[in-house]
Amino acid sequence: MATRQRHDGVTRQEGEPLTPQPSLPQGERGSGGLGGAQGARGNDGALAARFAAWKEQARRQLGGEVERATYSGFPVAGVHTPLDVADQDYLRDLGLPGEYPFTRGVHATGYRGKPWTMRIFAGFGTAEETNARFKYLLAHGESGLSVAFDLPTLYGYDTDHPLAMGEFGKCGVAVSSLADMELLFDGIPVDQITTSMTINGPAAVIWAMYIAAAEKRGIAMEQLGGTIQNDILKEFIAQKEWIFPPRPHLRLVVDTIEFGTRHLPRWNTISVSGYHIREAGSTALQELAFTLADGKAYVEAALERGLQIDDFAPRISFFFNADNNFFEEVAKYRAARRIWARELRERYGAQNPRSLWLRFHTQTAGVTCTAQQPENNVVRIAMQALAAVMGGTQSLHTNSLDEALALPSEKAVQIALRTQQIILHETGVPDTVDPLGGSYYVEWLTDQMERGCDEYFARIEQYGGVIPAIEAGFFQREIAEAAFRYQQAVEAKRQIIVGVNEYVTEETLGVPLLRVDEASEVRQIDRLRRVRRERSPAEVARCLRELERAARGRDNLMLPILDAVRAYATLGEICDVLRGVFGEYQEMPVL
Amino acid sequence: MVETDEKTETTVDERPIRVLVAKPGLDGHDRGAKVVARALRDAGMEVIYTGIRQTPEMIAEAALQEDVDVIGLSIHSGAHMALFPRIMEALRARGVDDVIVFAGGIIPQDDVPAIKAMGIAEVFGPGASLDEIVRKVREAAAERRRQPE
Repeated sequence: MATRQRHDGVTRQEGEPLTPQPSLPQGERGSGGLGGAQGARGNDGALAARFAAWKEQARRQLGGEVERATYSGFPVAGVHTPLDVADQDYLRDLGLPGEYPFTRGVHATGYRGKPWTMRIFAGFGTAEETNARFKYLLAHGESGLSVAFDLPTLYGYDTDHPLAMGEFGKCGVAVSSLADMELLFDGIPVDQITTSMTINGPAAVIWAMYIAAAEKRGIAMEQLGGTIQNDILKEFIAQKEWIFPPRPHLRLVVDTIEFGTRHLPRWNTISVSGYHIREAGSTALQELAFTLADGKAYVEAALERGLQIDDFAPRISFFFNADNNFFEEVAKYRAARRIWARELRERYGAQNPRSLWLRFHTQTAGVTCTAQQPENNVVRIAMQALAAVMGGTQSLHTNSLDEALALPSEKAVQIALRTQQIILHETGVPDTVDPLGGSYYVEWLTDQMERGCDEYFARIEQYGGVIPAIEAGFFQREIAEAAFRYQQAVEAKRQIIVGVNEYVTEETLGVPLLRVDEASEVRQIDRLRRVRRERSPAEVARCLRELERAARGRDNLMLPILDAVRAYATLGEICDVLRGVFGEYQEMPVL
Repeated sequence: MVETDEKTETTVDERPIRVLVAKPGLDGHDRGAKVVARALRDAGMEVIYTGIRQTPEMIAEAALQEDVDVIGLSIHSGAHMALFPRIMEALRARGVDDVIVFAGGIIPQDDVPAIKAMGIAEVFGPGASLDEIVRKVREAAAERRRQPE
């Protein structure tokens, strides 16, 4: 309905409120360290005088305010100087890559040591069709897999459920039982390649299917590497693909964390995600603050279960958006690493350096892709991808130029992958770690991000934590407000979107779109019925009864879920048992 | 805020325009629906927002109960060609056949003629302006109220 495009860099209008207003005092973190920022401290007085004169001159030349607010509300100064980072202490706040607080990167040698993983999010139709797309991507140099599931799967429904009508295979691949999972990874060396699965509500079930499918090929779960998104809090906050109420959902998340800690040492059992929060309309700061708040909530839930921080924290991963305001995005990733390291060490007492590492996947911002003049999206995506690389992402998905129109075609996906390969091999950007470190502007923005997060953490704390804040509609209101404010800026042309509200051309669409073959749905439902016919009904019933018993108690649910999927109980059947025990969540919509 | 229409002889209905903003399908992309709902409300209309994951029957029932002039359907899942006909059918089954229905979301241009043939007045794609949406909703509601009962 409304335009889905948005990006940062809105010019602040007089009297327009900025949210939030970063106001915490500067430089109160850490334990002190050596030297001043950029070696400029001795000249601060002289510089301050010259900066004041510069600003006065700039104000006259511009005929107005020199500051211009980013969409997150940071007053960009026109030029940034050592004055902006006077409180920064290099060793305390930045350090070298691979050193606490990891602002400059978690790995000492950055992309020289290991390039980021090129991971294109893919999935549509049946398992066979998506398997073919995976093989196409691997043949073109992709280095990790990333699975998109269709909406019925994301909600824990089988393809033949009445609510699934019309949704099969549209937003991803349908996986209703172990049989689908076996076909999805047929011929793919899952012991050598890592797989990321964007699955949240039924994450435990889908993960169990992946484990069971590998097991049938003789690959033990200890050998498997990958990620399940499994971030249910952001579902309640932004993406809205929940099944159960927050608390039982959180229990399931902790069950997977506990299971992974014991049995799958190479698996990231959670990918705490800001991507969807941003797509729903948040600012960069809100994306960061809400995501890190969610991350802390998972840590606290796992600690409450009795897990040791250094046993599970190394397997927590993150997922951020890469939007258009280049420097703000880079600052966001840098701040994310520093805040997480400090929180984990200072608040939760983590000792293992790996516990302090914020490792993250990035996806370029789907909402910035325009349906108008879609070829221009190639340029947007390239710049967003560059910001993610400058920010030190571990893994990257680049969107396809047809993102605002339909599922990506093969050609569009290839351009998206090539974009990453060009950045890696042709730009020289990966030659040095954190190339923007030391930029007065980027360092200042990084500090602003950190202070803004502290302020949001305090507000969330006032609600009593993330779940009560969700139940009070706090995040939802913040995001809806930011989305509306942005849309107003677009309508008033304070925010220009090329090809949408400026430089508009009348043209017919020249991009070929992918359509999901309707015969696929018939094949999928046939397979589902065959699975139900050929399995042992007694064994399925026994497994589901055992699952129900465990769900009513406090046992870890991963083992009964694994048994159920091995017996070919379907996703819908397993989730129905859990719905029966946990109930379903109804949101009070917030406008 | 209700527009008066000087061209008609009949008394113009002064009640605010009532709009149901509804999200059929399973997708949770409610950003567009919420932004539009708020813009319509700011333009003086009474807006009822259903929330996400509404079945065709739930939407039709809400339209009946709320006695709306206009329904706005927002969908990003790609299931529009399966769900829109069922929504129109569910409306007809309840005798709600004079409500103006709009649609928006990620809907390929190729599907638009078929959607209009179902009786849906307009499809707003990505990039549609709020001004345009508000104006078209207003015009459609005014037109509907001019029709004899």
